[in-house]
Amino acid sequence: MILVGELSLWVALLMAAWTTTVSFSGGVQGRADLVKSGERALYATFAFTVLASIGIWTALFTHDFSIKFVASYTSANLPKIYTFTAFWAGQAGSLLFWALIMTLYSALAVFTNRSKNRHMMPWVTGTLGVICLFFLMTICFGANPYERLDWIPPDGRGMNPQLQNPGMAIHPPMLYLGLVATSVPFAFAIGALISRRLDAEWLGAVRRWALLSWFFLTIGIILGMWWAYVELGWAGYWAWDAVENSSFLPWLTGTAFLHSIMIQEKRGMLRKWNVTLVVVTFLLSILGTFITRSGIIESVHAFAQSSVGNWFLGFLIVATVLTAYLVSTRLDDLQSKAELESMISREAAFLYNNLALVGICFATLWGTLFPILSEAVKGEKITVGPPFFNAVNGPLGLLLLALTGIGPLIAWRRASVSNLRRQFTFPVLSGVVVFAVLVTLGMRNFYALMSYLLAGFVMGTIAQEFYKGIGARRRMYSEGLFAASMRLIGRNRRRYGGYIVHFGVVVLFCAFAGLMFKKDLAATVKTGETIKATDSYGHEWAFTSQGVSQFEQLNRKVLAVSFAVTRDGKKMGLLSSEKRQHVDSNDQPTFEPSTEVGILESPAQDVYLVFTGAVDAETAAVHINFNPLVWWVWFGGIMMAFGGIIVMWPQAQKERESGYVAELPSESDVLVGAGA
Amino acid sequence: MKARTKFLVGGALVLGTAGYLMASSINETAQYYLTPTELAAKVTSNPRFVNTGVKVGARVVSGTIVREPSGRSLSFRMTDGAREYNVVYKGIAPDTFTDGVDVVVEGRLDRDGTFQATTLLAKCASRYENAPEKYRETPGYKGAPTPRA
Repeated sequence: MILVGELSLWVALLMAAWTTTVSFSGGVQGRADLVKSGERALYATFAFTVLASIGIWTALFTHDFSIKFVASYTSANLPKIYTFTAFWAGQAGSLLFWALIMTLYSALAVFTNRSKNRHMMPWVTGTLGVICLFFLMTICFGANPYERLDWIPPDGRGMNPQLQNPGMAIHPPMLYLGLVATSVPFAFAIGALISRRLDAEWLGAVRRWALLSWFFLTIGIILGMWWAYVELGWAGYWAWDAVENSSFLPWLTGTAFLHSIMIQEKRGMLRKWNVTLVVVTFLLSILGTFITRSGIIESVHAFAQSSVGNWFLGFLIVATVLTAYLVSTRLDDLQSKAELESMISREAAFLYNNLALVGICFATLWGTLFPILSEAVKGEKITVGPPFFNAVNGPLGLLLLALTGIGPLIAWRRASVSNLRRQFTFPVLSGVVVFAVLVTLGMRNFYALMSYLLAGFVMGTIAQEFYKGIGARRRMYSEGLFAASMRLIGRNRRRYGGYIVHFGVVVLFCAFAGLMFKKDLAATVKTGETIKATDSYGHEWAFTSQGVSQFEQLNRKVLAVSFAVTRDGKKMGLLSSEKRQHVDSNDQPTFEPSTEVGILESPAQDVYLVFTGAVDAETAAVHINFNPLVWWVWFGGIMMAFGGIIVMWPQAQKERESGYVAELPSESDVLVGAGA
Repeated sequence: MKARTKFLVGGALVLGTAGYLMASSINETAQYYLTPTELAAKVTSNPRFVNTGVKVGARVVSGTIVREPSGRSLSFRMTDGAREYNVVYKGIAPDTFTDGVDVVVEGRLDRDGTFQATTLLAKCASRYENAPEKYRETPGYKGAPTPRA
């Protein structure tokens, strides 16, 4: 199977090359047989990439340590689940995994469009083929997971203990699923540009893919934050690290696109802008991969530095130049069909939303690339840290939050004064009440207060929208409260699913603001001694050391410290943190000891314990953090993903009732185009 | 005024503010990112460079790490092959910090020539690229050092 897999990789490469060649020439000559052949070759590319992947999995599970990749990232005693996820633990395997998703998406995109969008499909297939070809070439010539060692080690090196975590097992696949999904809208944009079919048609084909990409990127980013929080021991979840930023950039432009697409659907505006966003989102996902893989920017996450970075840089430059040329030669076809009529309109709110998102994207990109830029200009590497990102993105983020509340309240085209008064009274009041309550309670932090004021406003908006919608249903169909809410969401998934996503975003902002009130302390205690502390809510905490213990577990030796915890004298349970020394199958230590933090989780705050070292057999040194509202980051993330699922869920044509879709008249066309 | 013009004015205002924030905060938070050799050159050419906040990327000299048992402070030597500096770091080191890894330290060089670090990042590049060859070189395949609790 391993040999079959290795050969399949090369066959896949040839198939991708064939796809590219015949699809483009079929498009140019208008020959349906060539186009057909290209599509079949793309399916074959997918099939052979699957075989190549199965080959690697076989090698991993049979512990074939003659293969460098297997020997580098696994050991014979690695738990099965991590042997499976080792596929994407290293450079070469993760690229193959990327290619696997890329070819899967390509095959799906071609298959779902086998009887529509035919005039642009040759170009779409060809573009997808080029991207597949690029990844397969990078794998075959740059980082081949089938590379052999000239000797066979008795055991592999094992997996980095920090990667032996459920969050890390699924975080990379989620991110890849999201990043790779940006290729399909890109391919359609290229197809539309080449075939000059730049009406709403191509947008219909890409909206679902853009949503899918947004959905997986959201989950991937939140999982990455969760992993960093529970695994790295610095009690935070976002550090504006280059690699974090590079997953955030395409998310920002993708989010901007999901909003601006609505303006084009309804008003025929922003055609150039939408093409640009789709293209930029794809290029940013490639740029992000380049940053991650090349090690060009200092990052804690860096993959091994290798020539793979150059492949990505080359691809990035070629793709940028070609798309820029395509767009510039088709500006006439991209003329807007309507003009902005009023500043007080939903279009304007969406435009500002796009401005804020793209502004955050630009600032983040600028800060991330600053060391390279400064070196190019001044010859000296200069870095910027989290204060830079917070200073710029904080205000822009608050603007975005405000718009999240304003957008849904304003009418399209031009809002009347009575419309504004009717719509805004309750949400504004709700924000002001939240603000007043917090000030009364003694909160004085400006950023936190602004966040909560706006959060109250947006919550007011969302509540009002649901209240009105449910009320209307109950009156019209005399349905019960539950039935009315379910049907309201079910029959207007795009709108109310969107509101659920907004709800998740608001929760996230509240949670971010909560971290401004974190507290921490360090202490060294003997068995039986107690650490006392007061958190930001004014609770009195006591941590009584139960001593340091030593034991063996799975593939590791563990040194642990435990505390009996009380809050205001009430028992809260045991909290422990571990130092783990992983061992190989000969009981030899592998890797450095890793720290496993202890977290006492609750919606109000996390108590986060880090075992920093054992001074002697009795005495433990620890660091304790009180992190307010972190629980809500994960909850907000789940809400965003949940809202995303509702928006994406296929909806049958007849299910929708005209009364409720009146606001989105073009949606039906769009859904048909997307294969709903 | 046309709506389009109004929007553009508003947009310019937003972008202008963002641009101003970017420019001002870059001046406040920007730090040199240097190698030990470059740091030495800076200090020679401008003695006042001592005590300026900088970031230094270097490699940990094997065998020089001295950890306090509490894990809250440690010292080591860093090098880029040409120039070595003593580093004292107060804080919790990441798990990936060990002999021979590449680190990025943030802090300032004091008058005695010791680098006082306030943050310490260890790059996991070497961790991901856990080359089996390294395994072969070590007698008895003891790839990793003995655990220090």
